[in-house]
This record gives sequence, C-alpha cells and structure tokens, in this order.
Amino acid sequence: MSVPRFWRRLKNVYNLIGTQCENCGMYYYPPRSLCPKCRRSSLIIPFKFKGEGEVLTYTIVHSATKDFEKHVPYILAIIKLNEGPNLTSQVICSHEEIHIGMKVKSVFRKLGEESEKGMIYYGTKFVPLLNHSGK
Amino acid sequence: MRDVAIIGVGCTEFGELWEKSFRELFVEAGVSAIQDANIQGGKIDALFVGNMSGGRFIEQEHLGALIADYSGLASLHIASTRVEAACASGGLALRQGIIAVASGYHDIVIAGGAEKMTDVDVETTTHALTAAADREWEGVMGATFPGLYAMIARLHMHRYGTTQEQLASVAVKNHHNGSMNPKAQFQNEISIDAVLNSIMVADPLHVFDCSPITDGAAAVVLAPADVAKKYTDTPIYVKASAQASGTLSLHDRPDITTLDATVAAGNRAYRMAGLSPKDIDFAEVHDCFTIAEICALEDLGFVKKGEGGKATESGMTAIGGEIPINPSGGLKACGHPVGATGVKQAVEIVLQLRGEAGKREIAGAEIGLTHNVGGSGGTAVVHIFGRER
Repeated sequence: MSVPRFWRRLKNVYNLIGTQCENCGMYYYPPRSLCPKCRRSSLIIPFKFKGEGEVLTYTIVHSATKDFEKHVPYILAIIKLNEGPNLTSQVICSHEEIHIGMKVKSVFRKLGEESEKGMIYYGTKFVPLLNHSGK
Repeated sequence: MRDVAIIGVGCTEFGELWEKSFRELFVEAGVSAIQDANIQGGKIDALFVGNMSGGRFIEQEHLGALIADYSGLASLHIASTRVEAACASGGLALRQGIIAVASGYHDIVIAGGAEKMTDVDVETTTHALTAAADREWEGVMGATFPGLYAMIARLHMHRYGTTQEQLASVAVKNHHNGSMNPKAQFQNEISIDAVLNSIMVADPLHVFDCSPITDGAAAVVLAPADVAKKYTDTPIYVKASAQASGTLSLHDRPDITTLDATVAAGNRAYRMAGLSPKDIDFAEVHDCFTIAEICALEDLGFVKKGEGGKATESGMTAIGGEIPINPSGGLKACGHPVGATGVKQAVEIVLQLRGEAGKREIAGAEIGLTHNVGGSGGTAVVHIFGRER
C-alpha cells in the first residue's frame, strides 16, 4: 500500500479511532463517512473505541501474502468490539489459547512490512484480556 | 423486456496453460461458442468480457478493445465492454449480456470471461486476489482469501457442528465430478484422508479445501428467445438473471456464516422465474473453498442453515442425488480462472440441459441454476436456465 494511503489512516489504525453517527448513535469501525442506516441524514463524528471486545471467529493463517510471509503462522480474527462494530485483526496468543468468545483488548504492534527497504506498517492487534503480556 | 436464450457455448480446457496467452484463451472460447451457435461473426452486435484483474495478472487493461480486436471484430466496431466484480466478473458479464439482449439494445451478444493467472508468481496472484476483499481493513491486517473463508468455516463448525470431514466431502465429490470432465484442471479422484492430510493453508482449511489457480476462458452466445430456434434446435432459455451486493468486508456481514448477497440474489432469481429451490434440478455453485459450497447450499435454500455439511456427507449433492451440485467439478476440481468461472458455470448448465455432458450427465434435468460470488460475498449473481421457455 502506498505511503499516502497508509498515512491518511494513521490516526484510525494507531488509535482505534472510528466514527459514530450522532443521528442514530451507531458506531463504525472501520470508519465510515456515511452512515449506512441514515445515509443523507448522517451526522458523522470521530469516535475513539475503548479497544475491548471478543473473538467472533478466527483462523490460523499458514500461507500468507508477501507482506506477511515472515509472520506465519499467525492468528487472524474477527473481533466484536464492546461498542458494537466488528473488525478484522490479528490476535497475539498461543494457538491452544485462541477460542471463539475469548475476551481481548487492543495493543499497538507492528503489522507487517513490504520488503527490507519498504514501509513497515504499525497498527492495532489484540491480546487476551486476562494476559496482557502480548508476547 | 424480451426473453433471452443461449444459442451457443464454448470453453477452453482449464489448467496451468503456459503456452496460451489471455487473448488466445478468450478467442478460443469465443470462436467455439460462435461455431456451436452456427452464426457468422458479422451478426454479433456486442461483446462483454468478464475479467477480474488483467491489470495485475498480465499488466493489461482495456480488455474490451483487446478482445474485440483479436476476435476480428474491431473492423465491425462492435460494442465491447469489460466487466469486473472480482470472482463474479464472469457471472456479471453474462448478466450484462442478457440485459443487453432483453432490453432490445442488441440482438446477438457474446458474453465471455477469461483469466490468465499463471503469468505471475503465486505470491503475486494471492496478493492480486486479496484485492477482492477490503485492502485497507482486511488485507492490511493479514487477511487472505483462504483466511476469510476459514473464519466462516470456523464459526460454521462452532455453531452447527459442521466437521472437517464434511468440508472434505465437498472436495471429494467435486473431484469425482471433475474426473468425468475432460476440460477440468483436476481429473483425479481424492479421498477424505487426502484432504485432511494435505497441508494447512488457513485452519481449518487444507490446501485440498481450496480451489486452484487456473488459466481459462468460457463464452456463450445470447439471442432473443423468439428467434433462437432459427439458430439451434436446442436453445437453452434464461429464466432468471439476478444480482445482489453485500458488504465488501466479511466482518461487516450481519451473520458471518451467511452470504446475504447470495440469499438476496437467489430470492430475486426464484421470484423472476416463478420457481422455488425445490424446482431446481441441479446447480453450479461458487465453491472457491469447500465451506463456500456448504454455505451456498444453505443460502440458496436447498437445505436449512447449518445443514449443508451433513447434506453433502449424505450424498444429497452428488450426481444421482437429490440436488446434484457442481457436476462440472466446480471451482475446486474444474478450476477457477476467476473472470471465466461465472460463464463456465452457464456453459455446464447448457451442456447438461442439452444432454451433452457425457459421463457426468444428470439424467432428465430440466432446470439448472448458477451461483457466482465476488470476494467473500460482496457480489452474488444467480441465474436460472431451462430447457423450456
């Protein structure tokens, strides 16, 4: 992904900032500039999520794209944030520990790198709520 | 609106076709469809080319013009349009062709699809395919297509008790069907154990749960139903053409185990044809992964939600079963040249309904359905075809 494209989203991916529609109260992460429920009546404001939620489903990725091949096997999951929205991220814990319904919290981590000379992506991953070591 | 019929079909062999280029593949499929329809090239009004990612796979865009040119139709200046909806590009090209004929804008239309996936290395292919998901909010987090469908599978197993053996039974059945299809990429039988012992791609999906990387092309010739019999004794009629969108990202889906775009497209198609799932004799569905066929069975209404795995294991979806699914071998065994798949599905239905499917023929079939999905369910296209108008 190009530098401007990643830079534009830094505050969202580093700080888990999404959006809220003040008209209906719905929360969105990833952020949306238009509320699918209210559409033209949307009143969109930024919203910082607390970063706690639970694992809705997960997989252990053994075969990845180039950007992630150094990280395999890794746990990819859909996390349901306590405020409502779902997002896709990685969970850092043992493969024995991961399970559907596991309570997790967000941490700031390296996501991936394009190549030795390319950009290194940082962003939000998740760790078990009861074990913050995130190793 | 006019009724529409398919009067000719063509399909290349599917596989790793190192010696053939994108344009050669499309022209081969197109020419065999035109020969099958027994029409002259000068009769063709318009061309629709389904393709997902020419830009990434062969660094070529402007594929409408390329194909019109290499089909020898540039001097006739026919309307030629490239259609893209990720892995549903072919189904959507077919639908655009049907709409063009139904509306009266065009009379004889070629709808085809092609993908050349093996000119780049596997990592580049995987990366290009990931563009069918949300690059900014899925791909960047490490999501791959096997990974996304693995998350559907994991939740389906958790919620409905679906087993890895049931997932594997989809692959075993589709390889069996593929073994009777001379155009299929894989014509070998496999066992449940072979699937379960193959390498893990994204837990719980093994490599034999996944459709392969494939080169190939398919095309059909469309005509107004009223004149179809002028060209062929066995036109196959389009009874419904439906399309629906869903969220691009899997995580935004109201239910992770339901492709609600499939449900919507299916319901629209049944309504348009005045039919229900029990009226369908057989179907070609989008089995990009084994779990995808299980979800398709459920989302198209052939079985209740959660029962797709058991149904497959019981033999219900085998040729000779209650509702044969993917007699061609599906994406899994016939292969999945992404832009061609939706058209190849229609080619299989036509061959079956004409009684030309050879060893894999479904005896007495009158009505067939195709189901083509883009990404993890952002687009779904459902067509219903019949021997009678």
